[in-house]
Amino acid sequence: MTEVPGQTAADLALDDRQTRPKNIGARIKRTEDPRLLTGRGTYVDDRQARGMLHVAFRRSDHAHARILSIDAAAARAVPGVAAVLTAGDLADDAVPVHAVSRMANYYATPIRALASDKVRFVGEPVVAVVAESRYVAEDACELIEIGYDPLPVVVDPEAAVRADAPLLHEEAGTNILVQREFKRGDFEAEMFAAPVRVKGRFRFHRKTPTAMENRSYLAEYDGGRDELVLHSSTQVPGIIRNALSEALGMPGHRLRVIAPEVGGGFGGKASLYPEELVVALAARKLGRPVKWTSDRMEDLTATSHGFDETIDAEMGLDHEGRVMALTADVIGDVGAYSIYPWTCALEPVQVVSFLPGPYRIQNYRGTVRAVATCKAPTGPYRGVGRPISTFVTERLLDMAAHRIGIDPRDIRLKNFIQDHEFPYRIGSGIVWDRSSFTDCLEAACKAVDYDALRRRQAEARAAGRWFGVGIASYAELTGIGSRISVAPGMPLNTGTETARIRIDTTGGITAAFGIASHGQGLETTLAQVVADKLGVRVEDVRIIQGDSAAVPNPTGTYASRSTVLASGAATLAARTLRAKVFKAAAHLLDASADDLVAEDGRIYVPHTNKSTTFKDVARAVYLEMGRLPGEAREELEAAGTYDPVLGTTTSASHVAVLDIDPATYAIRLEKFVVAEDCGRLINPLIVDGQVHGGVAQGIGAALYEEVVYDDDGQILTASLVDYVVPAASEIPPMQVVHMQTTSPAIGGFRGMGEGGTIGAPAAIANAVSDALAPLGIEIDELPVTPERLFRLIQAARSRTGDQE
Amino acid sequence: MSAGKTIRVTVNSVIYERTVEPRLLLSDFLRQELALTGTHVGCEHGVCGACTIIVNGDSVRACLMLAVQADGATVETVEGLGSIHKLNPLQKAFQEQHALQCGFCTPGMLMTVTDLLRKYPLATDEDIREGLSGNLCRCTGYEHIVRAVRTLVRQTEGTP
Repeated sequence: MTEVPGQTAADLALDDRQTRPKNIGARIKRTEDPRLLTGRGTYVDDRQARGMLHVAFRRSDHAHARILSIDAAAARAVPGVAAVLTAGDLADDAVPVHAVSRMANYYATPIRALASDKVRFVGEPVVAVVAESRYVAEDACELIEIGYDPLPVVVDPEAAVRADAPLLHEEAGTNILVQREFKRGDFEAEMFAAPVRVKGRFRFHRKTPTAMENRSYLAEYDGGRDELVLHSSTQVPGIIRNALSEALGMPGHRLRVIAPEVGGGFGGKASLYPEELVVALAARKLGRPVKWTSDRMEDLTATSHGFDETIDAEMGLDHEGRVMALTADVIGDVGAYSIYPWTCALEPVQVVSFLPGPYRIQNYRGTVRAVATCKAPTGPYRGVGRPISTFVTERLLDMAAHRIGIDPRDIRLKNFIQDHEFPYRIGSGIVWDRSSFTDCLEAACKAVDYDALRRRQAEARAAGRWFGVGIASYAELTGIGSRISVAPGMPLNTGTETARIRIDTTGGITAAFGIASHGQGLETTLAQVVADKLGVRVEDVRIIQGDSAAVPNPTGTYASRSTVLASGAATLAARTLRAKVFKAAAHLLDASADDLVAEDGRIYVPHTNKSTTFKDVARAVYLEMGRLPGEAREELEAAGTYDPVLGTTTSASHVAVLDIDPATYAIRLEKFVVAEDCGRLINPLIVDGQVHGGVAQGIGAALYEEVVYDDDGQILTASLVDYVVPAASEIPPMQVVHMQTTSPAIGGFRGMGEGGTIGAPAAIANAVSDALAPLGIEIDELPVTPERLFRLIQAARSRTGDQE
Repeated sequence: MSAGKTIRVTVNSVIYERTVEPRLLLSDFLRQELALTGTHVGCEHGVCGACTIIVNGDSVRACLMLAVQADGATVETVEGLGSIHKLNPLQKAFQEQHALQCGFCTPGMLMTVTDLLRKYPLATDEDIREGLSGNLCRCTGYEHIVRAVRTLVRQTEGTP
């Protein structure tokens, strides 16, 4: 393996010699927990500000219409209403922002605070009422009269691409906001030559992230200083800061975006939202603090959706089950706008990029169209594209295995890229680095006792019961560096991260990052890394995150990046800082810096009684002049920026075990096993929790969750009664096995926050198909609800004449 | 807006007297009037369970009750459990088993489990899952929450 900057043999040897690491790899209890367990965490909606006003939105009840008039006189007259704002009222206060991209054939829709001229989905904010209380603001909202001229509605993406389809964005000249094609090898000839061909039309229905905390924003403007602070329940305070700077025409040093306690994100809080702009603009305009907190209906209708794709795919294989070619045409229903900063291309393009999966598939063609419809915009949702690509590829592999008559496990083992082949470029152009593809599958099968399950299945089938086992294997790019990040030319840099660590006069250690934790426990994880690399205790380190003022280029937490990038940055910064501390300590101890060791906040020369502390070094550097020569009194602060360049490859295999109730068609998951390789674990407790949560969302995607719009573009799933998020009673016991092949990134880590959601839908679809194999049923649509199962089983029975 | 009504509510052993609008939700009363923001609001339609509190000994959704309905009631919220420096056994079990991530559903979970532990033996994991099924968590996949409750049940059984 080639040496990575920041991770050379010399670097590692130095760390080993100078510190006694004891935290990385330990199941350390989270430092965040006590405040969260006692109700003392401060989420945005928990904050109050003197003179604070509250916003309520009047939203579009039309899916597509021209706004003819807005009469807000009655609303303005309600006692306690401070302002009623329309797009016209804000025209001079902000410019639209655009999710630009370098991609060809792409149209960036303008993103505004409030709809002007037209509305394009039900739930789009049209008017904002700002009042003394939310109750009053909602009362006033009811009194607003909006005149609409309804326009033809387009909800079906396949209808939306037809030449005569009504256009959402006339200036674009089409509803196809992006179109791309990926090709490699002689896919046509290979497909033609393949003796075994399986194909299908696969449908993954729209989901919504549904973080338990609804979005919430509180803006405070200091007119005298021309400074605006936005407290936002965002995953990406840095990106929001940059967007506000553009929209409001204010430089970044007068804007600060703080993401305090954030109650989950899953991608739904990783984009800029119109409500965020409104709150900031209203606070600046009115000179008073302004807050808006979404209710659940607003969340389900206007937070970004995801996972809405239709894929026509075909796989060609030889008689032994080796894949010869794969082709796919993807339509992504991206909703009404191209979301900032990700663009509407993010998800559908990822579907096409990841279809070849962890397999040796060289002959590949994938096309993709991202199509605008009159629905809420789509954005990132945990797994982004890969839950869908994995569903399709893993289904095709199982269909082929069934056709050829080999076991689903064996067809995967035959096609996996092997350890000696890394780095390996798959048909879509993605390069996989070494990761335990084969080992994960074997470990998962061992953990679940796969062979015993197959014996149980034979008995179940003999007894006429529907019992299924499903495997899904996948790989994902995580912790991506600048070389991947630069490719689409989006208005953000995902590929680098900075850490600034300082020791203050009192010896207090503060490590500041650009990332933003919202449940991942990064305050704990990063403190573990900093503590080990500096040689102090975890509790000695305070982590600053979720604050755009923390570092010059603040970012956020998304795309399974934070642990890899921030840990790398922390390692680099801590090494530099340790050298400064050691230089001063060497003087104080009359020793050579090379002989020093830092451990638990103490700095000593082993086997001597020479010893000092970080606290004492700080005092000597900052306060007690005369103890150190000038050149040893360097400010105890260091920054490190890490760029993993390509990023890390994370892989896993999932196994779902389930049975289907023959009376109700309810699917009962008995067990779920994940074997994953996220490299070296920093905190196994947290890693397990991330996998469990991801799998639960994948189970939701596979069995329960679906955003439904009717033909008029009305959303039918605007409550948690209709949009079904799984509860504890729907989730089976889970087991997680870790492979821990170290990655080439600093620390040997790989990103892993999303993986659970990537594998689970495919594993469950395969398990349901496996259970129903005697009926010849292949699941090609998720979620597979009892109603869909009923129809499939009825159709299969009428086909075969089998009645029970 | 209609005239206010004066109510007297005991929350975590403290008696509060306030004049409130009849339409004020109990959840908003706790959060805004009493600044007890540990009770979180996740859906305002009684499904997610984030706002679960205990009123007169039974767990209820604070978002489905009006403040005026709590007149004379005894209310327990998450702030009444252990403190940051002295977590109660349930809070400790949640931390040890990593049964929380973003923490938003956690106060509701804790109040639900507090109620369950007082009333039911929770002999099996199925009983625990059934008991938790009125509280949604989007982060943990429930596995660690079930483990935390199970650990606690076993500990409690162990004590005479």
